[in-house]
Amino acid sequence: MKYLISLIAGMAVGAVAFLALLYYNPMTSQNKLSPLSVSDNDVITLNYSAVATDALIFTNDGQSTVAPYPSKVLQLWEPTVRLTDTMATVLRDSRNQPAAIGIKFSSRSESTRILNGEAIIDSAWHIYLPGRGSLFVEQRENYWSYLREIVIPAYRSSGDNWRGNWSGTITSGPGALGTARVFGGSGEFADLDTDGVESLLAKAYSVKHGPVAVDGKLAVELPAPTPDATPDP
Amino acid sequence: MFKTFIAGILLGVAGAAAALHYYPAVNQSREQSLIVVQPNRGNTESFHVNIPMDRVMIGAPSQKEPLPVGLEWPVDPLFADTRAELFKIRNGKDAVVGVASRIAANNASSGDIVEWVLHLPARGSAYVVMQAEPLEDGYRAGNLAAGTREFAPLVGRVTEHWVADTSGAEDAPTGRIELTTAFVAKEVDEE
Repeated sequence: MKYLISLIAGMAVGAVAFLALLYYNPMTSQNKLSPLSVSDNDVITLNYSAVATDALIFTNDGQSTVAPYPSKVLQLWEPTVRLTDTMATVLRDSRNQPAAIGIKFSSRSESTRILNGEAIIDSAWHIYLPGRGSLFVEQRENYWSYLREIVIPAYRSSGDNWRGNWSGTITSGPGALGTARVFGGSGEFADLDTDGVESLLAKAYSVKHGPVAVDGKLAVELPAPTPDATPDP
Repeated sequence: MFKTFIAGILLGVAGAAAALHYYPAVNQSREQSLIVVQPNRGNTESFHVNIPMDRVMIGAPSQKEPLPVGLEWPVDPLFADTRAELFKIRNGKDAVVGVASRIAANNASSGDIVEWVLHLPARGSAYVVMQAEPLEDGYRAGNLAAGTREFAPLVGRVTEHWVADTSGAEDAPTGRIELTTAFVAKEVDEE
């Protein structure tokens, strides 16, 4: 009997030690520097609040930590969409002026691999900038660092919340440099095919309400126009 | 007994690693795809939106009854000519398979636009740019401008069509927006 208890205790210790190793593994830290920060090209920056009540609407299955907003919005409770969040929001430019309407679809991804430090969300932005045109952004987001450095500490806190200053790039693909793919649809962006990066700046998180003070930033690189070929004199 | 404890630790580590490796952290629910193969025209698939029950949001200025109740559409004149809508989308068996956004705008600088993004969580997203003017038969046609995952290697056409309900049933929708996709692989299209 004592051998069985010893084996079970050992297994429990082993499992906990393994999970602790995963949690504290420095190899799974996310890159905090945007790949676009070294680009010479122009970059459009669109800012938004990632707090649900700051959006025009936010909806999900109605069972998650973050409550749908407004409260009477249709919820995504059907099995095929219950792992999906949808948000419509006003995107602001770098001078904090309204610049666009953005709709973001975020679905939990089956490519999530906790073992590799990958908590993946497949997301798509549909963005319209009045007077300029429209964009579609496809990205794979990795929330592992966000979970590890904000959400889990909030659950461990006696006050059930987290406060601090966390910033990080959440885009992790599908571009080769961990960038999002951005396609233009109309206006000055028609036929655009470029890269983008989304990052978050978090200051407060509550176990009860989810993000309390979190801002998002979506940066889209505008490729430099190709100079016209000049005839050889 | 100490050796048993050590063996237990190793088993615990291996068990936790195996569980995380083999047990899917996320398992998206799927509906059967109802795709029809057309001779020399790729594969067609129909989706629809029942109005009003599948409408999640109508974002437009000066609405008397905003949807959802409590929506505060920005009053900035920048968005005066923009209409953004969100829907649940259904397949041919009337099962919800995803969500979709439709943005329509009428702007002197960027031109008139009508666009859809169809987001099917288990399959990917399709970005469709429609012609602003509908055809004579009431259809509006457009092209797949970009796709993700399952839709990434595809090109093709999408049509949008309003079908009013004629059943007269008490709980019937007022109508439905039908979206029909006709996609083919890029490689085939280039041949």
